[in-house]
Amino acid sequence: MNVSYRWLKEYTPVDAADKTVAHELNMTGTEIKGYRRMDEGISNVVVCKILSIEQHPNADKLVVCMVDAGEAEPLQIVTGAKNMKVGDLVPLAKHKSTLPDGTKIERGKLRGVVSNGMFCGVEELGLTVNDYPDAISDGLLILKEGVIGRSISEQLGLDDTVFEADIMTNRPDCLSMIGVAREAAGTFRLPLTVKKPVVKGEGAKAADYLKVTIQDKDLCPRYSARIVTDVKIGPSPMWMVERLRACGIRAINNIVDITNYVMMEYGQPMHAFDYACLDGGHITVRKAEQGEVMKTLDEQDRALDGDMLVIADDKKPVAVAGVMGGANSEITDETTTVVFESANFFGASVRRTAKKLGMRTEASAHFEKNIDPRMTVEALDRACQLVEELGAGKVSPDVIDVDYSSKELRKIPLCADWIRHYVNVNLTDEDMKELLERVGYVVDLKEGTVTVPSFRSDVENKYDISEEVARFYGYDNIPSFPFSADIKSGGLTEEQIFEKNLRQGLRAVGLSEIETYSFVSPKGLDKILLPENDPKRNCLTIKNPLGEDTSVMRTSSLPSMLEVLAANYNNRISAAHLYEVATVYVKDADETKLPAEPKIVTLGAYGDGMDFYDLKGRVDELLSLLNVSDYTVLPCKTNPSYHPGRTAEIKKGDTVLGVFGQIHPAVVKNFEMGGEVYAAEFSLANLFACKDAQKGYEPLPKFPAVTRDLALVCDEAVLSGDIEAKIRAVAGDLLEDVRAFDVYRSAALGENKKSIAYALTLRNPEKTLTDSDIDPVVNAVLQALEQDGITLRK
Amino acid sequence: MTNMKEQLYAVKQRAQEALDLATTSEELEAVRVRFAGKKGELTALLSQMGKLSPEERPVIGQIANEVRGFIDAGIRAKKAVLEQAELNRRLEKESLDVTLPGKARTVGKQHPLNKVLDEVKDAFISMGFSIASGPEVEYDYYNFEALNIPKDHPARDTQDTFYFSPEMLLRTQTSSVQVRVMEKTQPPIRVISPGRVFRIDEVDATHSPIFHQIEGLVVDKGITMAHLKGSLELICKKLFGPETKTRIRPDFFPFTEPSAEISISCFKCGGEGCKFCKNEGWIEIGGAGMVNPKVLAHCGIDPEVYSGFAFGMGLERMVMGRYGVDDIRMFYENDVRFLNMF
Repeated sequence: MNVSYRWLKEYTPVDAADKTVAHELNMTGTEIKGYRRMDEGISNVVVCKILSIEQHPNADKLVVCMVDAGEAEPLQIVTGAKNMKVGDLVPLAKHKSTLPDGTKIERGKLRGVVSNGMFCGVEELGLTVNDYPDAISDGLLILKEGVIGRSISEQLGLDDTVFEADIMTNRPDCLSMIGVAREAAGTFRLPLTVKKPVVKGEGAKAADYLKVTIQDKDLCPRYSARIVTDVKIGPSPMWMVERLRACGIRAINNIVDITNYVMMEYGQPMHAFDYACLDGGHITVRKAEQGEVMKTLDEQDRALDGDMLVIADDKKPVAVAGVMGGANSEITDETTTVVFESANFFGASVRRTAKKLGMRTEASAHFEKNIDPRMTVEALDRACQLVEELGAGKVSPDVIDVDYSSKELRKIPLCADWIRHYVNVNLTDEDMKELLERVGYVVDLKEGTVTVPSFRSDVENKYDISEEVARFYGYDNIPSFPFSADIKSGGLTEEQIFEKNLRQGLRAVGLSEIETYSFVSPKGLDKILLPENDPKRNCLTIKNPLGEDTSVMRTSSLPSMLEVLAANYNNRISAAHLYEVATVYVKDADETKLPAEPKIVTLGAYGDGMDFYDLKGRVDELLSLLNVSDYTVLPCKTNPSYHPGRTAEIKKGDTVLGVFGQIHPAVVKNFEMGGEVYAAEFSLANLFACKDAQKGYEPLPKFPAVTRDLALVCDEAVLSGDIEAKIRAVAGDLLEDVRAFDVYRSAALGENKKSIAYALTLRNPEKTLTDSDIDPVVNAVLQALEQDGITLRK
Repeated sequence: MTNMKEQLYAVKQRAQEALDLATTSEELEAVRVRFAGKKGELTALLSQMGKLSPEERPVIGQIANEVRGFIDAGIRAKKAVLEQAELNRRLEKESLDVTLPGKARTVGKQHPLNKVLDEVKDAFISMGFSIASGPEVEYDYYNFEALNIPKDHPARDTQDTFYFSPEMLLRTQTSSVQVRVMEKTQPPIRVISPGRVFRIDEVDATHSPIFHQIEGLVVDKGITMAHLKGSLELICKKLFGPETKTRIRPDFFPFTEPSAEISISCFKCGGEGCKFCKNEGWIEIGGAGMVNPKVLAHCGIDPEVYSGFAFGMGLERMVMGRYGVDDIRMFYENDVRFLNMF
């Protein structure tokens, strides 16, 4: 909401610099996002009167004017403007003046004739045609009134500062000049003066014209109205136009401007109906009928439903309550009798209706926050007072006021001691009383109570009162103590430590961390070739997504990883080795239950020599860092996203820890990449569940180990892992380690054969091994392998 | 005898000269053989000792020992000098071009958001906090209702929400975890809950529909607003440096009363006013307040016995400020060149 400083001063005598006002209001809770002088950039521009207009001797399109700018001698001004005549008052930018767009005006010659400045139109003054009645965009601003020589800022009311206030949702009372003025009064410890409006009431009796019935008292606790007859629609006076302009509202005509003015002043939205358009002289506040349609003031047909509250005459709805009026009863130049409505509607209902109709208006923004039902009549009176002052019509002496609102004011115990403790303020009871009463509370110290003003429905209990006290005491003045609770052990849980170690381990094996979106495109699952019936296709779908690309919660972290690899690849980055600890979302069978949110440790890499065994080496190292051991690695030919011959599954017992390998070339192509891409996916929970206890200390061996290398020949299809398992099983306790270190193929070995070389490490903790200890072990191993057709290479 | 004595001194003299001339180990060895070897000059001379009278022998013997000692010491000293020189020559030959690149040993980088988040966690853990987490797909109840934001409350406007159903949504604030923690735990409570939050926001340089918040909650007996202030000051000093000043001013959140906005003195200009802080000298980093008694009561904690404070801060903004990242999208694009900067 835009707040005019000059208007504010009408209610409370604040006299601080703009910057101070903004800062102090900020510090008591009225957020001022910014402020600006309305005449920013304008200097040395004054009102002048045109004394004569002569043709320029050297230019057809220019004229030479003599003007009275309030100086001893008339000034000569050359202009190309056409819309002025002798006797007009116009703005003059004199020698050495500046304009809002930064232009500097100096004395100069135009086609040989001296000009002592420049006349201005609205745009040169930083205004628009809407800011001044009858102004035109391509000519001079002809002033309706003015004092010769007076600064144009003063003349047009631009010598004002506008504060842009961001009003919090719990403070609809501050969506008004009076409300902000009350806050300012509390902030600067000044009195607040709001004059009670006085209406003469010389028109016809409202009761003779209009009857009001409220059908739904919960949704409309109060409806007040007055009738204005003999309406004369016309422009509003300059002072009102200026104030509305400061608030960012365009002047339209006196009746509309008055309703806007009162809304700005009191925060009470008002509506004016053309009485001639109301069938039956009877207003009913009721729920709309299903299927009812009404054209609103913005010329849109609105389909109404049974949850929406409308203002209706005997035949039709004439306004959506609290949102917008209907075109069927709009004020026009022909209007002679007006109904002024000042009503109160239930916030949640207005909010729902406005949302459903997709029309948030200034009025609905006020009503939806639950404004004070006690102000309808005062605001109405203020509007009617203005009608009389502006000579816009004759106001009815009586008010129609159907009022079901509660008259009771909330009373809360003051709890001064508790407040002193809770918000740590150093204030006496009397101090608190003074501070609270400045902003509308009534404090009875004897009784120990605070009576909450009707416009503060947000204040319900002692905590709310404590905030009021703290605000005006100043948060800055509250002392600071670090809390001194009992010693409490904080820190990470075992799972959290595991995850932290995991992330460190992933970085230690050379992978960098990424973060990707939790919601993704459902097409990602097509790209990774997931079958239609895969359970991962059952994604949680966002009802109101930003777009299809971010419309479902991911069930797989692989598409996100591949997208990132592809983006890097397409940025011509030669290698990317990445990981993400990615949350995925698995729907519960019961759709009213929250989904499971397991974390998937996702690896992705290409380039810099990355291949299957490079990836496997990193995986092994990672698992070793995490104390996960004794796992098995088995070929995995069935994962549709991966290369069927270069993918493995890692299991511990029956628990699948994850999968790793080369991404299927077709998938790589789907992500518009080339080359070999590798990935891995592990379940964080399963890794955690399968980790060993921290290994303890073991004494270092006292006797040396012996190494025997065996070059074995086997069929191409035989898995090294199986050979290794056999060696381990047969070799017994002396075998400390076995490791394949070379694979060899040759014509001599034969078609479909390969040779794998193993290094066996043997050790006896009790003594130094000799050949006689070792040979039987090796022989047993070779015999066992021979049974499987695996022989020693000759 | 005189002759013998003179000859010994002559050997000493010659040995000294030969030592001075030797420049390599080989030459030095030749000197040793010539003078102190089994067939060397000294041995040859001493073989004539038998010709001397018994009176002369000890005198000449003493001189002979002196000369031998002199030659041995001379050789040892020269040897040390030559070895040092040779070592120096070898080291000179072994010189490498230290400006050639080293052999790569890549360690992965931590994502900047998590890097700062880890620091934040460590700071809180050092003050006795635990880390709590809660679901990202959340019930409306935990995200709004239990936080005193009923349906149709205008405060919902400031948090445009992704919905799965009227009851299920993507959490818009980590404050939802507050409720879950308080339902399960009786005070004293001291937790932070960092995590992802989601709001409908078109993506641009300063907006992302996914971002991270760090929520903090302290509930105990006798917690007051001064504790809130003091703790925030301590926390901000830990996170942003010991010179950091903290300012709170009134704000509105339905789940705290009184509520406050937290600002810190600009870490770019120290509060002088600069482009980064829009000449304010202060940077808003989050919201805070005393936990609303209605929220405590909702969670089964008696507000007449316990009180507490809560605060929330945005992680992205913190990281952007710290490193000068000017586009929030960089965090989720994961360009390797970007990741390598941290």
